[in-house]
Amino acid sequence: MILRGLWKLTWIEIKIFLREPLGTFGTIGFPVLVFLVFGRLAGRRLAPSSLATSSFIRVGLPVLASLLIVISSVLSLVTIISIYREGGILKRLRATPLRPQTILTAHVIVKLMLTAATLAVMVLAGKRYYPIGVHVPLVSFASALLISTWSILSIGFLIASIVPTARFAQPIGAIILYPMIAVSGLFTPVESLPPALHAVARVLPLTYAVGLLQGIWSGDAWSSHFRDLAALAVVFVVCTAVSAKVFRWE
Amino acid sequence: MEVPFRPLAGVSSIDFPGTHPSRDITLDPVDRLHDCRTTMPSVIQVSGVRKTYGSTVAVDEVSFEVNEGEIFGLIGPNGAGKTTTMECIEGLRTPDRGAITVLGLDPFRHAYKLQDRIGVQLQQAQLQKRIKVWEAVDLWASLYQRQAIDGDNLLEQLGLTEKRDTWFMDLSGGQKQRLFIALALINDPDVVFLDELTTGLDPQSRRAIWDLVRGIRARGKTVFLTTHLMEEAEKLCDRVAIIEHGRIIDIDRPQNLVDRHCPERTVILATHDLSAEKWFRTIPGVEAVVSTDLRWTIRGRGDDLVTEVIHCLSENRIPVTDFRTILPNLEDVFLKLTGHSIRE
Repeated sequence: MILRGLWKLTWIEIKIFLREPLGTFGTIGFPVLVFLVFGRLAGRRLAPSSLATSSFIRVGLPVLASLLIVISSVLSLVTIISIYREGGILKRLRATPLRPQTILTAHVIVKLMLTAATLAVMVLAGKRYYPIGVHVPLVSFASALLISTWSILSIGFLIASIVPTARFAQPIGAIILYPMIAVSGLFTPVESLPPALHAVARVLPLTYAVGLLQGIWSGDAWSSHFRDLAALAVVFVVCTAVSAKVFRWE
Repeated sequence: MEVPFRPLAGVSSIDFPGTHPSRDITLDPVDRLHDCRTTMPSVIQVSGVRKTYGSTVAVDEVSFEVNEGEIFGLIGPNGAGKTTTMECIEGLRTPDRGAITVLGLDPFRHAYKLQDRIGVQLQQAQLQKRIKVWEAVDLWASLYQRQAIDGDNLLEQLGLTEKRDTWFMDLSGGQKQRLFIALALINDPDVVFLDELTTGLDPQSRRAIWDLVRGIRARGKTVFLTTHLMEEAEKLCDRVAIIEHGRIIDIDRPQNLVDRHCPERTVILATHDLSAEKWFRTIPGVEAVVSTDLRWTIRGRGDDLVTEVIHCLSENRIPVTDFRTILPNLEDVFLKLTGHSIRE
């Protein structure tokens, strides 16, 4: 029953998303631009032999760009859901035999496809313009990115439940999500953070996404990131359960 | 530039190929009503419904039935509880108390089953800004278990064929409403719910939409609508329930309500005959005669008043240069029942 209308709704939502060129470019273009521009700056300014630079260029920056992809997708979801709620679109869709889960699932699928597409653009552009070659276990990394996105989209639903109006959706989402990057272990290893921040980092889902993405990008085996996967799964289950309770359709 | 929408020629019935091939759609709708009313079973039963939001009581002790094949209107000012009542019936809200049955189904427990058999137009709803007209119809058609009716045909009936590739955001108000009607009809529903259908439309679009609604009835469907426009209720509805502050005040055919609550009749005429006033005062049923500038306003009660005035004029050979009558309407009924105008 959940499949009734799912593919048609998903396909229509994809088309609608692409019909807004500015939004599409912003969501896909921003992470890719960060990746390329910072990559070239870092590659040119710093001595390539420096250990810090090479680690940043090799793993740090690609993972940062990937996180931006995830956050772009989630912010886009938050914005769309709140606009749809404010405009009564969600309510209108509910006044059909369509299951509520189907409506939300369609949006999750669209965002996962968007994530995959952005990663593809990033890797393709990286092959040409990134200072060092992008050599990465692509299928594994794409899977890790989709798993991270999926988990963090559930936070997006929570944020979409609490934002009062569509106008505040994007800023509130950004304020909640972007600072998480700072303590996610991307710039400083989580272990070397001060104890207070260390505790914060341990409960933030982005920390586990970074752990997973960094590891898989560097060629780790999945089995060594079981803890990250489990944490992302817990985030998904908890946020989905809470959203199911507090989500507002109108 | 929007090309004004013209309703289809003749009786404004929407003919959907493949549905009810034997139904005689040219039957005069007015004749149909009379036999519907007495023989048709009720398709919606509402009894003792109460719904509160926090400490605000939105509707209370609301009870009524809607008969198969009629246009039933819930009328009242904004905030009277119309939409809440309708959304409880559609299964979008759960009442705190009371019982509702639609087509024999419980709107809450059998929500999906019911959704399959009803069509809904919500007040102030939107669609995705950049969804095309045909995409919306196509999506909606895929959502129902029942065989959907032909979308292209439906768009043509609603005068939207030229707009099928247009984004929702680029449609005019009237076109949007017609699209919402299309979405409400795509599953060939047994009951159609229309919430403030013509609010914000210009008079021409409004009349065109009225014709469409009559067309839905002509196909044997039941229509349940809300409106705060008394003219709309009067012209469109077979029966109306007047609701105010969440309570139903009275339910009947519009004309019966007028007859029951507003028996007053008014005749306004112009004459140079200054002696006429004394004749006017002798007319049976007259309660007041007021004159300003050779124009006379004669008030009284009863259907016979106008006849009596005409009789008096001819008997006394009073020359008249202007003559008109003012009959009370639903607006007056509302004023009488609530003590204030519906627009306040």
